[in-house]
Amino acid sequence: MRQALQNQIVVPRRTERRFYGHGIPRVPSEELAGRLIVVEGADGSGRSTQIAMLVQWLEGCGHATVQVGLKRSTLVSEELETAQEGNILSRTTLSLFYATDFADQLENIILPALKAGFIVLADRYIYTLMARDMVRGMDEAWLKNLYGIALVPDAVFYMNVAPEELVQRNFAKNAALDYWESGMDLGLSRDMFDSFMKYQDDMQKTFRRLQATYGFTIVDGMRSAEATHAELQKKIGAVLAGK
Amino acid sequence: MKTFAELNFPGRLVAVEGLDGSGKSTQIYLLKRWLELQGLKVYFSEWNSSELVKSATTKGKKRELLTPTTFSLIHATDFADRYERHLVPLLRAGYLVLCDRYIFTAFARDVVRGCPPEWVRGLYDFAALPDLTFFFKADLEVSLQRILEGRPQLKYFEAGMDLRLSTDLYESFRIFQGRMLEQYLAMSTEFDFLVMDANQCIENQQAVVRQLVSQRLDLDKFHRVERPPQRPVTKKAPKRVKVEEPVE
Repeated sequence: MRQALQNQIVVPRRTERRFYGHGIPRVPSEELAGRLIVVEGADGSGRSTQIAMLVQWLEGCGHATVQVGLKRSTLVSEELETAQEGNILSRTTLSLFYATDFADQLENIILPALKAGFIVLADRYIYTLMARDMVRGMDEAWLKNLYGIALVPDAVFYMNVAPEELVQRNFAKNAALDYWESGMDLGLSRDMFDSFMKYQDDMQKTFRRLQATYGFTIVDGMRSAEATHAELQKKIGAVLAGK
Repeated sequence: MKTFAELNFPGRLVAVEGLDGSGKSTQIYLLKRWLELQGLKVYFSEWNSSELVKSATTKGKKRELLTPTTFSLIHATDFADRYERHLVPLLRAGYLVLCDRYIFTAFARDVVRGCPPEWVRGLYDFAALPDLTFFFKADLEVSLQRILEGRPQLKYFEAGMDLRLSTDLYESFRIFQGRMLEQYLAMSTEFDFLVMDANQCIENQQAVVRQLVSQRLDLDKFHRVERPPQRPVTKKAPKRVKVEEPVE
């Protein structure tokens, strides 16, 4: 925490921002002074722990932060939750529902916060949404168009943890596997454990494919939280300095 | 994009499009009655979605939470729900599906709201095109008059108030509908709209609609199959009546 002890607060350098596609109507991207940092990874990959540590560190350095994540919009989060409980929506519908949730947060939280110069920490972003849909057989070009509204983040970290380890961490935390995180809707296996392993393996493969397009940083999530945090600190420090 | 016929679905989809007050709902209702009376397998897709999506849409509209992007996405969600759960299975089962509004409503409306046309069309490209699309083209003043006379209580989004076209609800509605009409007309050739003169009387329009439908679709294919009785009627088990246990 050397930076935090120095009394000098670093002002993030401005960079040219852009959207993956056309973006949001009437949002000039040069007005967005803040930074968008994304942490991706499966449940149990250490995402939330890392985000909590980043908030501590960034605030210590004098930066204001805002957090966003999936299924947290005012507009549709409750309805999405209910839809998932009953598993009643088909895949295109669910996909668009999630996109609505994302767009609502993008326009009402992410963009205003960036305009005000905040550092936005996203606990998962469009990549998880795309990977989930791709594993379910949806068209990649369709998804790319859909998420053309999304802002290109300043940094994306993907927490890579082997499915065997994810299982252990999920059991240590909840003593149960989540229906959706096990991909049970796909009918890969009636056995939840088998399904979880297969699904997470598919998700990792898909993430690696997406990595080739979107170029995010793959972080080894098998190490201690502190070791991972040190790496993220270094990389985010470089982003803030405009390197 | 292909039509259901081109995708080898046994069913056919007929859509009507047009401005509010163009008389399209009346026409599709009369078409439905005519087909039903011939004993055909007809399904009229009421533009009602699952309670779930509806709850989000209603909330968004009531609290004016929607931006052009989320307005577009939530309606696409709604459409996908109807499409995947009702339209596709019925068309697979060989039904004549009649839709009061289809994707073209979104194409026109979202673009008027400022969404890029390619993006909106991309959103809906999971959906096949209708086999027939009637566009009811009335003079702007005629449809405005029908709406403004019959139902003076205009809703915020319906009047395009979110676009800040005018602070006056009625003026905003006029401008919004005018822009919708421009969008519809621009799509007309591309999507083979059957353009109907909606200034004509109801009966004349319906005669044209029926004529076009019978020319373009092989209606004989959509007869309900008469099934032989499955069991002798006499051996029918008595109907069980559920009786509520009295609570002592």
